[in-house]
Amino acid sequence: MHVPDGFLDAPTSLVTGAVAAGAVGLALRGAHRELDERTAPLAGLTAAFVFAVQMVNFPVGAGTSGHLIGGVLTAVLVGPWTAILCTTVVLLVQALLFADGGLTALGTNVVLMGVVAVGVGYGLSRLLVRLLPRTGTGLLAAAGAGAFLSVPAAALAFVGLFAVGGVADVPLGAVLAAMGGAHLLIGIGEALITVAVLGAVLSVRPDLVHGAAHLRRPADLATRPGLRAEEALR
Amino acid sequence: MSRRPVGRRAFWIAGLLLTLVVAGVVSHYASASPDGLEWAAGEAGFADTARDSAVAGSPLADYGVAGVDDARVSGGLAGVIGVAVTLLLAGGLALLLRRRGARTGTRD
Repeated sequence: MHVPDGFLDAPTSLVTGAVAAGAVGLALRGAHRELDERTAPLAGLTAAFVFAVQMVNFPVGAGTSGHLIGGVLTAVLVGPWTAILCTTVVLLVQALLFADGGLTALGTNVVLMGVVAVGVGYGLSRLLVRLLPRTGTGLLAAAGAGAFLSVPAAALAFVGLFAVGGVADVPLGAVLAAMGGAHLLIGIGEALITVAVLGAVLSVRPDLVHGAAHLRRPADLATRPGLRAEEALR
Repeated sequence: MSRRPVGRRAFWIAGLLLTLVVAGVVSHYASASPDGLEWAAGEAGFADTARDSAVAGSPLADYGVAGVDDARVSGGLAGVIGVAVTLLLAGGLALLLRRRGARTGTRD
């Protein structure tokens, strides 16, 4: 879903660049509240992991493929503001070093895969977390649904930008149908990878998962290493 | 509740090793089909408006290392370099932004 240079006209790219810069500015402030000594190293690792997994395109049939966006996975692991920053770093590295995604389209890609994917996908997952049972399974289902929706949401946002500033004069219905169809399928892969990775992390270190804070009971704190033995036994 | 969790350092190292294997080895087996956007651009007829990136001549362009002929080595090396740069940038940023100082309940 990395938008190359040339698809969108200069005014649209300037606007998405400004929106992206504003979002990153907000995210820098928001991430400060999400990150501490324990979670900051995890944020770096998560960004690197998303970069790696984005290299692995999976086939979705009809001669097309997709790859993880990772916005919802990162948001549940380390927090939504940090996820916008991590996604931005990944996109920056891809655009500058690997010529993946245009330089003038960098703001567009941050808006689509950072702001829209995280905002819509994580938003849905938070809503579902409130409705579903307060269990690990409930969290995984919420994250999976959010991850799924994040992909067609980002694709639809692209179609919206294309409607405003697409350089080619092609029927918008065809763009919508092709983008929507392909990304509904890619969203299934996004959900599967998100649930698999999140499930693995939840099984070994649920305490490191930002989105699992509501699952932690006070009693769990007593077993944390670092507390004195008599406190843990009390 | 008696199970001692996997240490944070062990968790982080295992995650990094997995990340390096995915970028350095598994990436070779990625689907070469166009991704959703490229495919849709072809279907809807606007693929030809794409322009080469200004850094299309970069030594790492398209996830390969210039001068390394073996596709497996070239792609794997590019992946490992990308992981290292992403880890340094995102990890460094997160460390700069983190709340400092001890807070109750966060020791580990």
